[in-house]
Amino acid sequence: MRALALVLALAAGAALAQEEKVVLKDAPGRDKAMQCLACHSLDYIQMNSRFLDKAGWTASVNKMINAFGAPIPKEDVDAIATYLAENYGKPSAK
Amino acid sequence: MDRRSILKAAAGALGAWSVRDALAAVGSMAELGFSEIPDGALVEQLLHALPGKVPLIKKSYRPPNYETPVEYFRRPITPNNAFFVRWHLAAIPQVGLKDWTLGVGGESAEREFKLTMDSLRKDFKPAQLTAVCQCSGNRRGLFEPHVTGVEWGVGAMGNALWRGARLKDVLQKAGVKSDALEVVFDGADHGALDKTPDFVKSIPIDLALDENTLIAYEMNGAPLPHWNGFPARIVVPGWTGTYWVKGVTSIKVISKPEKNFWMSAAYRLPRGRFKTPSYKSQMTEANEPITTMVVNSLITSVRNGERVPRGKPLEVRGVAWDGGAGIGRVEVSTDGASWAEARLGKDLGRFSFREFAHSVPTRETGALVVMARARSASGETQVNELIHNPAGYHHNVIQRLYVEIV
Repeated sequence: MRALALVLALAAGAALAQEEKVVLKDAPGRDKAMQCLACHSLDYIQMNSRFLDKAGWTASVNKMINAFGAPIPKEDVDAIATYLAENYGKPSAK
Repeated sequence: MDRRSILKAAAGALGAWSVRDALAAVGSMAELGFSEIPDGALVEQLLHALPGKVPLIKKSYRPPNYETPVEYFRRPITPNNAFFVRWHLAAIPQVGLKDWTLGVGGESAEREFKLTMDSLRKDFKPAQLTAVCQCSGNRRGLFEPHVTGVEWGVGAMGNALWRGARLKDVLQKAGVKSDALEVVFDGADHGALDKTPDFVKSIPIDLALDENTLIAYEMNGAPLPHWNGFPARIVVPGWTGTYWVKGVTSIKVISKPEKNFWMSAAYRLPRGRFKTPSYKSQMTEANEPITTMVVNSLITSVRNGERVPRGKPLEVRGVAWDGGAGIGRVEVSTDGASWAEARLGKDLGRFSFREFAHSVPTRETGALVVMARARSASGETQVNELIHNPAGYHHNVIQRLYVEIV
């Protein structure tokens, strides 16, 4: 899987011992959300919770693709945003 | 305000957190009398020491973003090993002095050359000044409603004595052509992916030629820590940290506005919302880049919810700073209505933290709301209500700490 390959490539070079302690909630869509690891640690997600609704998370994921060049397939955007909104979204947005 | 309503307001400020929980959490902003950072950020952050640093408040591991705990602001100079850490991009090469060179040139420079650290130190007369380096988004986490980004509390800032070459001396050696508009800085850092825009920033040519703009190779009398831009960083006193490019490797004088993502899309404010100076060559109809810091202060001697024995004066101390006018005065209030002028500490220059102190008598029991309001020498003051903006910049709301005299 592409996301896993990226993670492994990064793990080889960077000091990730601490970062590995950050674990995303186990729920559908988690594997796709793990693609975020290509560029940054997962604590960015937790840090930006819980105040975004699904539209807010969609905008964030799209910014990562369009502004920062994240290699996330377009068809994964909705699954990732849904996962983030459900697990790290505004409580009322659930 | 009677005691009951003050305590109710205090409870409101603490939100879902009990006083006990708030005091136990690392980097809680409720403890400082502010609205709290997002609950996810509060849960995730912890004290963690990067190599060469004391434990700082970890906001994110990669790229590393670490905040200085409030106790380090109880002195006017922030130690290098406690100075906050802020990077946008995850690849931050360890730079060896032997390998490092600083390229100088650009279309609006007469000459191009490369400087070694030896030549930067020896060929240009050293200059030094004390200046606050503050992330544009310091206190972003306190925005209500919250906005996305690194959810900083109050510690994405520090004050240091910077020593280096004046940028204008280096530019003079290069020869600045008459069409020069901006000076662009690039550092050794880059994204994990080739497609990620490199972190490149520009400043107006007149600011680049200002005698206070430095290429700093020392911080508080020591080489810069790796995490703060070793071996050299740009120092733009008064302007927010985004322009203080770390690990600088390239300086270019250009005749057209720099258009990369970090200039044209990031670090922007809705046009006209703040009274800070404009960066004219970068303005659009809708927005403009952030420039200088707004006047601000931080009380470091009082905790929200603290109980103080009657009869013992309450010492209100802290630091104040602004975008380069210097601090004119700091006033302290314990009722939100009357204000008393605090004593100011030693003047370390107009770009530095200025300490303040005020002693409040505690003759009667009851609740107090402790506030400090800094005023710059140019007459700007801190605000009562947040001036909201999409990227979460310029939070300088007056702090409100609830204290009970018992």
